[in-house]
Amino acid sequence: MEITTRSPGSQVRTTRPPTEPPPGSRRSRNAVERYLHSRWTDARRSWRLYWQLYLLVIVPLAYFVIFKYIPISNAVIAFKDYNVIKGIWGSDWVGFKNFELFFSNPVFGTLLKNTFILAFYLVLASFPIPIILAIALNEIRGGLFKRTVQMLTYAPYFISTVVAVSMTILILSPRLGIVNDAIGLFGIPAIDFLGDPDYFRHIYVWSDVWQTTGYSAVIYMAALAGIDPALHEAAKIDGASRWQRIRNVDLPGIMPTAVIILILGVGNMMAIGFEKAFLLQNDLNLAQSEIIATYVYKTGLVNADFSMATAVGLFNSVVNLCLLLFVNFAAKRITGKGLWG
Amino acid sequence: MSALTTSPLSRLRRKPAAKERVREPFRDRVFLITVTGMLVVILALVLLPLIYIVANSFSSASAVSAGRVTFWPVDFSLRAYEVALSNPQILRGYYNSLIYAVFGTLISVTLTVAIAYPLSRKRFFGRNVLMTALIFTMLFSGGLIPTYMVVQDLGMLNTRWALLIPNAIGVWQVIIARTFFANIPEDLHEAAMLDGASELRYLRSVVLPLSKPLLAVLALMYVIFQWNTYFDALVYLKDQDLFPLQIVLRNVLILNQRNVGVADVAQQLQQQQLANVLKYALIVVSSLPVLIIYPFVARHFTKGVMVGAVKG
Repeated sequence: MEITTRSPGSQVRTTRPPTEPPPGSRRSRNAVERYLHSRWTDARRSWRLYWQLYLLVIVPLAYFVIFKYIPISNAVIAFKDYNVIKGIWGSDWVGFKNFELFFSNPVFGTLLKNTFILAFYLVLASFPIPIILAIALNEIRGGLFKRTVQMLTYAPYFISTVVAVSMTILILSPRLGIVNDAIGLFGIPAIDFLGDPDYFRHIYVWSDVWQTTGYSAVIYMAALAGIDPALHEAAKIDGASRWQRIRNVDLPGIMPTAVIILILGVGNMMAIGFEKAFLLQNDLNLAQSEIIATYVYKTGLVNADFSMATAVGLFNSVVNLCLLLFVNFAAKRITGKGLWG
Repeated sequence: MSALTTSPLSRLRRKPAAKERVREPFRDRVFLITVTGMLVVILALVLLPLIYIVANSFSSASAVSAGRVTFWPVDFSLRAYEVALSNPQILRGYYNSLIYAVFGTLISVTLTVAIAYPLSRKRFFGRNVLMTALIFTMLFSGGLIPTYMVVQDLGMLNTRWALLIPNAIGVWQVIIARTFFANIPEDLHEAAMLDGASELRYLRSVVLPLSKPLLAVLALMYVIFQWNTYFDALVYLKDQDLFPLQIVLRNVLILNQRNVGVADVAQQLQQQQLANVLKYALIVVSSLPVLIIYPFVARHFTKGVMVGAVKG
């Protein structure tokens, strides 16, 4: 309130000669105050003119506070011994006890290893294939064939995880599945793919590649379409073959996009699909299929150990965030481009 | 194939670049044939599993159980579909999923527009802070249990709300919508303001009619999310009557639950065989709605993905 009464006066005062600044005037205030003052005026003006916009935002904002930010504050129970009766804030603090318990648990090493290997494998396998598909589609011109390939490779993206996993199980089934029929032709005895922990990662990763390649390729197609045709023309005049043009024009052209996709991939690494791992999991392949996300679910909701599950989940989130920041930093250093700026 | 392999540009230059055409295209043509071959292989790898499933779903129970079906139905039969579509549990799941998809999408699209439009206005004070706050939720979350506790405290556990509200707004969708709104010419806003329109009136009468492609993309994204997800239902729902289709599918397809209590061995065997083929039919039936609408909206969808990719 004080600020608003002062502002008309200060305008008058600025016309005075600078040699005698009156005490308490705007001029004598420091830069921070001046900045805050101008922001405050902006805010008030914006509010007066666009109050309807602020009204519009209230409900979505409440959603983000309630379902995204309150859970973050609820995560303090990772440092507590959560007790339903005492509630979140009333429960006793235990410091890092839950984390220490988790780190000293023999399962910790396996979980970390399983999660990391699976995530890395997934990122590595699903990174180059969409690029290859996009470049191949970009090479052939127009026509029905191109549209068909694009349309059909995209389609599996719309199949649900439950259905994709069911298909995988049916196709790989030891007795009836077509894969075992096929390898049976070569005299190889039937393999129980889902019962063997060693196959779990391959199944997980390649079924994922099957589902997402067409979708990811779309983004690269857009990047390829954005390359200046003059570059291609110039290369052609210089006698570059198609392969050379791909290497020297297309690939550098989609590099920035590829870097961003890779960063996002690594950034989401630790958040990899609970949905799919949980569905593909069975007692036989647990040795490699138990990842942090499925462990959190079992600890928290099956065994009802809220504090421990939250601690494990928090550990996962923090590792994920660090990973993202690190990769973004590295990408900025190497290519000069990151997610932010 | 040759029609596909010659680019319009090379056709234009055919006359003056006769020498080039003789020298160049050979290795390029070999290259293009390789590329086309590769695409055919990729296409086959994508399609064969789908064909296999569809072929099995149209075969007789005994042929499926004997493993005689490859890529074409054996002993054509629609029995599996009859069973699938007359099973009360599955129909219930279908009905529930429809409810979640319709209402979830309505809620989600409304809320997404409500936050994305103000965020696209340059004069909206605090838009950068707000956007950063939203993006932060993409990078860091409280996790499963803390979110569960919020849902529990709100009394949403085991109600339909649990599937409609806690995941109502996707930050990615907000980014797509904001980018779209930001590209609407500012002149329209000025003109509307001169005519005395309020912000809400402008949104309703100018922005939304211009945003039909965006609304289509958002709706499609949310519909598919609601139709395909099972995680929230697994965590928040106990009551069988509320289960969406995906949970029903999981119970039938992956956990192999079926009604036991048939004593007769012959009948049991028959049931077992039917259960096998039923799985294939269920996969087709449950994916059909999404796969049917997909070709009609694919172009919009692609655009939406790109809008998000450019500025996101």
